[in-house]
Amino acid sequence: MFSFIARRVGLLIPTFFGITLLTFALIRLIPGDPVEVMMGERRVDPEMHAQAMERLGLNKPLYAQYIDYVGKLAHGDLGESLRTRESVWTEFTSLFPATLELSIAALIFAGILGLLAGVIAALKRGSLFDHGVMGISLAGYSMPIFWWGLILIMFFSVSLGWTPVSGRIDLLYDIPPRTGFMLIDTLLSDEEGSFLDALHHLILPAIVLGTIPLAVIARMTRSSMLEVLREDYVRTARAKGLSPARVVFVHGLRNALIPVLTVFGLQVGTLLAGAVLTETIFSWPGIGKWLIEAIGARDYPVVQNGILLIACLVILVNFLVDILYGFANPRIRHHG
Amino acid sequence: MKSKFKLATLRNAVALALFSVAVGVSAKPLVVCTEASPEGFDTALYTTAVTADAAAETIFNRLVDFKPGTTEIEPALAESWEISDDGLTYTFHLRKDVKFHTTDYFKPTRNMNADDVVWSFQRQLDPNHPWHKQSTVGFPYFESMGFKELLKGVEKVDDSTVKFTLTRREAPFLADVAMAFASIYSAEYGDQLLKAGKTEELNNHPIGTGPFVFVRYAKDAQVRFKANPDYFRGKPPADALIFAIATDSNVRLQKLKANECQIALYPKPDDIPNIKKDPSLKIDELQAMTTAYISMNTTHKYMSDVRVRKAIDIAFDKEAYVNALFGKGNASVAVNPYPPTLLGYNNQLKNPAHDLDKARALLKEAGVPEGTVLTLFTRNGGGATNPNPTMGAQMMQADLAKVGIKLDIRVMEWGEMLKRAKNGEHDMVSAGWAGDNGDPDNFLTPLLSCEAAKNGENYARWCNQKFQTLIDQAREKTDPAERAALYEQAQVVFNQDQPWISMAHTKMFTAMRNNVEGYHISPLTTNNFATTQVK
Amino acid sequence: MSTPTPVVAVDQSLLYPSPYKEFWQAFAKNKGAVAGLLFMLLIVFCALFAPWVAPHDPSEQYRDFLLTPPVWLEGGQWQFLLGTDELGRDLLSRLIQGSRLSLLIGLSSVVMSLIPGIFMGLIAGFFPKILGPTIMRLMDIMLALPSLLLAVAIVAILGPGLINTVIAIAIVSLPSYVRLTRAAVMGELNRDYVTAARLAGATLPRLMFVTVLPNCMAPLIVQATLSFSSAILDAAALGFLGLGVQPPTPEWGTMLASARDYIERAWWVVSLPGLTILLSVLAINLMGDGLRDALDPKLKNAA
Repeated sequence: MFSFIARRVGLLIPTFFGITLLTFALIRLIPGDPVEVMMGERRVDPEMHAQAMERLGLNKPLYAQYIDYVGKLAHGDLGESLRTRESVWTEFTSLFPATLELSIAALIFAGILGLLAGVIAALKRGSLFDHGVMGISLAGYSMPIFWWGLILIMFFSVSLGWTPVSGRIDLLYDIPPRTGFMLIDTLLSDEEGSFLDALHHLILPAIVLGTIPLAVIARMTRSSMLEVLREDYVRTARAKGLSPARVVFVHGLRNALIPVLTVFGLQVGTLLAGAVLTETIFSWPGIGKWLIEAIGARDYPVVQNGILLIACLVILVNFLVDILYGFANPRIRHHG
Repeated sequence: MKSKFKLATLRNAVALALFSVAVGVSAKPLVVCTEASPEGFDTALYTTAVTADAAAETIFNRLVDFKPGTTEIEPALAESWEISDDGLTYTFHLRKDVKFHTTDYFKPTRNMNADDVVWSFQRQLDPNHPWHKQSTVGFPYFESMGFKELLKGVEKVDDSTVKFTLTRREAPFLADVAMAFASIYSAEYGDQLLKAGKTEELNNHPIGTGPFVFVRYAKDAQVRFKANPDYFRGKPPADALIFAIATDSNVRLQKLKANECQIALYPKPDDIPNIKKDPSLKIDELQAMTTAYISMNTTHKYMSDVRVRKAIDIAFDKEAYVNALFGKGNASVAVNPYPPTLLGYNNQLKNPAHDLDKARALLKEAGVPEGTVLTLFTRNGGGATNPNPTMGAQMMQADLAKVGIKLDIRVMEWGEMLKRAKNGEHDMVSAGWAGDNGDPDNFLTPLLSCEAAKNGENYARWCNQKFQTLIDQAREKTDPAERAALYEQAQVVFNQDQPWISMAHTKMFTAMRNNVEGYHISPLTTNNFATTQVK
Repeated sequence: MSTPTPVVAVDQSLLYPSPYKEFWQAFAKNKGAVAGLLFMLLIVFCALFAPWVAPHDPSEQYRDFLLTPPVWLEGGQWQFLLGTDELGRDLLSRLIQGSRLSLLIGLSSVVMSLIPGIFMGLIAGFFPKILGPTIMRLMDIMLALPSLLLAVAIVAILGPGLINTVIAIAIVSLPSYVRLTRAAVMGELNRDYVTAARLAGATLPRLMFVTVLPNCMAPLIVQATLSFSSAILDAAALGFLGLGVQPPTPEWGTMLASARDYIERAWWVVSLPGLTILLSVLAINLMGDGLRDALDPKLKNAA
């Protein structure tokens, strides 16, 4: 087991370096530099431009800049945003909880509903419910997420008025940002009704963001359950006279969950990508908007380190899933 | 009829009641829906309007200010001033009763004095000032307004007198000093931060003299201020000011309708009729100092021929463009480079009629073959001066197709477009400009001078000596009538040579609830809430 | 006692249907897949014959008919069956013309990532010592970045436009093909027939492309249909962020982006392009599902 983990960790290091190189190269290839973008349509005095570039360390040759960058990373220094001069880490930690909260809510929504739907569809294979679930989930990952969000807003927020249109919480509540997670912060604050208000704001964005994972999890659960239900040990369990519920949940689901777990892990990447679009539509102040704007402003430290942090997160999650998978499936552990 | 199942508004009402009881006063917070996040609060470092709104207009003051809703100058931190006869020395006499904000991160030990004024300007002017290198990309407005060359020195004469020495006469100088970048900071706070090694705090926890004190910024979500009880013009009627950041104009309108914000900035022109019909809302409008235009690169093939430029101008249906993009009555078709509200606007000049046949004839005369491809660079998002550049581009494309020109629209990301346009890679580029200080020179020199043609800010790369001489003279003179005459002549030259297609002068709109009073819409596109209250 | 009648030896293989017929029978049993196929044929037809099928020129701006509703709503015109957009262009014609673009984007991005993907996957599978892990690390790196941000960065570098959009999407889809191919290849490499071919003296290229690759195609075909549909969605997302094709090209996603402002006044400008994307992608996915079920021998005998 240990060598398995060690091997996996060993593979992480070159990946990590590769990511730093990729993001460093990518952002610098985009035409325009931060000074030019900052000046906008106004003229850029060449002397001032040169001075600013020197101050920012951007006039050095590329390889020197890269070495500087990696050197700072080794000390845990993620640099400062070129625009606000706030440390990238501070900005990230002030915005990331919003994205995380939304993603977790979406995953909970997708997970619970998806598992349920998938299991029932597998049990009632071929029925109307089965076809319905499969059809709807297929539709779920066939649609553009931003369009889906706009339609839901149009319907539920604007026409019916059931959910708020945007933001994380009503503006009249002044909630000090202790953890960054609005649901926790509202509980910690002493504003009446703020927790419920925060929950109310979370519903629609979570549904929109969770639609695709819901579809994927439902389908995966169903096909996985179907495979498991055909297995001999399930037949044995039934023959032994165990109740159907016990057969399904204790013997069947546990084994069916393994591939579903992998899917869960992969969805993290989808969620972060989907978060960019969802955050735009719902004015949700998370890292998606922050990164897109940073790319536009050529805020190199933010783009490089922001993407690095996200990538680390995705790798971490996949890594954990890999380990968990190895735990569950001995074949992988020894041959992976 | 909307469903009454509005849990949110019910909770709002309950919360609002509790909130008001908690605050103990009937004064409610003023919530303003803004269109973007402020870049920071050290207003001298940034150029966008939203940063000026969130910092310069709330936290800071300047030596002089624009009278609310106009471009006239009134005293602010300086109660009076003298200008020497040669126009090179400006002496400002400061008020003695202005206090800096007291917060949990700074307590001032003295009132605002000349040291603060000197500090605020010297850090931008003097390369050896300890704060000069603390900015990341420099001081954009200070540089682009040419203050580096213009200001010879800023000196303290005594605690309440400051002397500015210029290198040449500059009629718009007072107006320049009313702009956001000339805000007055606390030198004491600056020293405190420098000693503590926390210079970035100037940007994240600002201190000024203005009507509102900074409380907190929840990044990309909201900015919270509270009223400054010691404000030298009197405590603002709004106890607390909240900027709610909502980048989508639909969202701003929806929040306004739900009374989640009482003022919504930059409503979409298409929504204006609906807002006017709504009995609980009202609209303030004003002719803004903006021009949306298409700059034609006079150094490129075909575009260098004035006949081609004129042909394109008359082939493009400007009326249809203005109506489609802004809605009838929400913008006016432009003729000259700046709007009629500015000094020296030439009323005699008119746009030629939209005439496709004449355009075709001109093109033939200039020898432009049928099917010539011309490029039009445009940015991929909208701005205040031009909410939907791609829409306008497509309309022009359809119009030009009728006269045998194929328009290749290149939609680009903002930063890339800036770079390429300044390099002159375009045949035409869609652009817009908002005036900063109400002076015509603020439009003409940065956009149409020979100097600007050299460094690319003048996208048309148009350098006309006659024009240049006229605007140089106008900049030096102080008598408005003389200046007006010169500007009128300059516009005639511009009209004849047609380096631009001036498209529209937009109107400024602000939507608000009926019970909001004391808001003055400004032609400078800034928003100040020092006198605004919710009744 | 009867004389034993001579039994003619029948060639058993003649009794089994050909693999293509077998595949088609399995596919046709899936009603959803057939529906998807029919819809796709409709889209392909529209794409091929767009100039003749569309009632108007998609770029023609009817300036007197801005934002007309579809014909079944009040204010609708028979001239414009599905209404017009903010510049007065017929929505139906633009949707039909847009099918060309979507198919083009889907096809070219799939081809552009399939071919290098298979190639790299094969190499990674056949050279597991050094080349393999290097390639896989590279793919891991690309997969670690959120795909949308990666695509945005690529388009920002290359500049917006149809070809660059396709390149960006192709690059972002590459890793999944490489992984899939490599996994399939490594699974096949242990099989007897490969060992047999090696012993028979097959050269490396022959081994890779003739022996192993055809047996890996099934999951690749399914993945190809999946990425065809996600290519359309990705192009729409890029268009939505303002980084897609150049105007006035009627790409469905770009149509959604400009329509966002009209969500309250003219909902059809938003809903209809989105619905079209949904139906097309749904159809492709149904087909993909059907393909996978038909190609997967394990499911053949399941009821």
